[in-house]
Amino acid sequence: MTREEIIEKGQLVYKKPTLLNDTPMHYCPGCSHGVVHKLVSEVIEEMGMTDKTIAISPVGCAVFAYKYIDVDWQEAAHGRAPALASATKRLWPDRLVFTYQGDGDLACIGTAETIHALNRAENITIIFINNAIYGMTGGQMAPTTLLGMKTATCPYGREVKLHGYPLKVTEIAATLDGTCYVTRQAVHTVAAINRAKKAIRKAFEYSMQGKGSNLVEIVSTCNSGWKMSPEKANKWMEENMFEFYHLGDLKDTGADK
Amino acid sequence: MADQEITLMKGNEAIAHAAIRCGCDGYFGYPITPQSEVLETLAEQKPWETTGMVVLQAESEVSSINMVYGGACTGKKVMTSSSSPGVSLMQEGISYMAGAELPALIVNVMRGGPGLGTIQPSQSDYFQACKGGGHGDYHLIVLAPASVQEMADFVDLAFTLAFRYRNPAMILADGAIGQMMEKVVLPPFKPRRTEEEIIKECPWATTGRIGGRKPNIITSLELRSEEMEVINLRIQAKYREIEAKEVRYEEFMLDDAEYAIVAFGSAARIAKKSIEIARSQGIKVGLLRPITLWPFPTKEVKSLASRVKGILSLEINAGQMVEDIRLAVEGAVPVLHFGRLGGIIPDPDEVVEVLKSSF
Amino acid sequence: MTMTEEIIIAGFGGQGVLSMGKILAYAGLMEGKEVTWMPAYGPEQRGGTANVTVIVSDSPVSSPILSSYDTAIVLNQPSLEKFEPKVKPGGTLIYDGYGIPEPPTRKDIDVYRIDAMDAAAEMNLIKTFNMIVLGGLLKIHPVVGIESVLAALRKTLPERHHHLIPKNEEAIRKGMEIIKKL
Repeated sequence: MTREEIIEKGQLVYKKPTLLNDTPMHYCPGCSHGVVHKLVSEVIEEMGMTDKTIAISPVGCAVFAYKYIDVDWQEAAHGRAPALASATKRLWPDRLVFTYQGDGDLACIGTAETIHALNRAENITIIFINNAIYGMTGGQMAPTTLLGMKTATCPYGREVKLHGYPLKVTEIAATLDGTCYVTRQAVHTVAAINRAKKAIRKAFEYSMQGKGSNLVEIVSTCNSGWKMSPEKANKWMEENMFEFYHLGDLKDTGADK
Repeated sequence: MADQEITLMKGNEAIAHAAIRCGCDGYFGYPITPQSEVLETLAEQKPWETTGMVVLQAESEVSSINMVYGGACTGKKVMTSSSSPGVSLMQEGISYMAGAELPALIVNVMRGGPGLGTIQPSQSDYFQACKGGGHGDYHLIVLAPASVQEMADFVDLAFTLAFRYRNPAMILADGAIGQMMEKVVLPPFKPRRTEEEIIKECPWATTGRIGGRKPNIITSLELRSEEMEVINLRIQAKYREIEAKEVRYEEFMLDDAEYAIVAFGSAARIAKKSIEIARSQGIKVGLLRPITLWPFPTKEVKSLASRVKGILSLEINAGQMVEDIRLAVEGAVPVLHFGRLGGIIPDPDEVVEVLKSSF
Repeated sequence: MTMTEEIIIAGFGGQGVLSMGKILAYAGLMEGKEVTWMPAYGPEQRGGTANVTVIVSDSPVSSPILSSYDTAIVLNQPSLEKFEPKVKPGGTLIYDGYGIPEPPTRKDIDVYRIDAMDAAAEMNLIKTFNMIVLGGLLKIHPVVGIESVLAALRKTLPERHHHLIPKNEEAIRKGMEIIKKL
């Protein structure tokens, strides 16, 4: 039975968003990126913003995000995506402008760009994938790596004396006057995916309504970097990551503005 | 201010006024002496209320140049300005723009280095501006103004060239040209392009998929080496075309000259005074002033070597452009360098003494 | 015959050195002359040394930066020491006696003294000190006309300060009166 025949018989139970094209993704099996790409694509489509979206991709695993989601993309230098997004949104105020960044890109090399773009109340959204490790370069320590967690550059586990503390950028962002909506989500269960999608939609809507900057952190897994099966990684995330990175909205002033 | 009115202003102020007048869409900058008047003048003029131009003080030069990168991706006319240490910080972003083939304007009002150096004028960023500066094989189109009038005129010229070749352009000035006041006739007002015009003129730009067109992607990334070589070769072919078509220079009193000074920017102004003094003493000397430092007027300098007995490269640095002169001259005549360092500007009399003792 | 006047004005920051140069350059511009105004800029806003080279000419100005000057106007001791040797032979040096305990010594130049600081204090118009000095210059070298200076003031001063223009004119005329050759 062909795909068309199945669809014809009304047996279609799932359809991927049109914006998500058929290019095979380079992400590892079990990686959260694929799910978040799908959510972003769905929200853009549902908001009718396909022809008005300008996205900025980072340096890191999501560097090739532009290959998978069919909107206009700018590929930024490492950590600089919020600077590109700030200028783009100011120059094209009626466009939906968002960045898609990992923890190394956003919370380490791009801390200044992130904090200042958020605090300038740029009407953009930052999607922040936090998997506590550098994925693309082969599993090195990230600013968000948990204490005790082993990576290629802290092979005996992260310890305060050597590496300092993991950084809660999202908590910092929530204290900034420029941010409107700051939330921490995950995509490890269907319920979590639904909540994450709502969060992305809300952030995109606030940025289009000119309510300020929005940060959606997605606490994610990195099976390859963590050296775990996808299933085990999800369990480890629930038991360890969520302990330190609590899920939920940290700030939502959208209704007041 | 009415069109064509003659006024008196600093070079840095002229850059700001010219930007507003030539339809610039966005300026992103960070304060640094001796160029802060560019951002200050724009803030005072409030062009966002008149032409709609965006003006933003960034958190760093790193951010400024990446804002320019983002703006340039969308086909808008965007620019930044800084001085030497700040321009060093921008090299990453400039390399990305050269790699992604984006039009933009960067103004460097040079000061003496290395390091934090001095805030006084210098021309010691010639290599950085003309030979790449950041990583990878690339060139900027580099214009060297020698007057406040040229500071004003080169803004529009730089944008024109940048968009013609989809390549970042630089105005390489120095603290003297930036800080001095001279007569200037500001260029006439040109409206900013509408969004429809930008979408039509820059079909490559990331403006959103208006009309349902295919997605536009701006990137300098290509992991397949065979493809990356093709991209590099295309960019190099563009550079050869720029070298063939866009060389600009000025000649001064070269008709009967036995010796020539080659100098750019404020050094060329000093050279003219030195030539007045030298000629009053019977020394026949003239000036060739490169206006484009890249592309360098190689042919013109080579031809100059067949007409004079010697060439002096006058630069406010330790000898940078002199290398390009020597490459052009190919040993035909002696090519010497004279310069002062650390923010000291050579004075016209000492240049005359150098001419006398060198040739 | 073409005229070119190459002038250095030097003193402490806050004495109005740069603005005096600017008014002079602006007045030249209003007479259709070629002008350049080249400051020696520094990190100090006040109190440090400040100087500006102003060139007013009938023909295009080559270098805005010079090694010697037709006229030096010096308003403090360090500036006198720095610029007295750089006046061209036969040139002019103008200094304010206030704060210059060791006066100029060269015999091959014309030296003028203007006690502008004292006069400004007497007139209770300290802020017009630099205009008194400018008046002195214009008395001995009428590089630009006084009308052009007043026009330049109208052009460069914010509207809310235009009521001060008569005081400035008074100061210029005072300077013309009190400058004396040594």
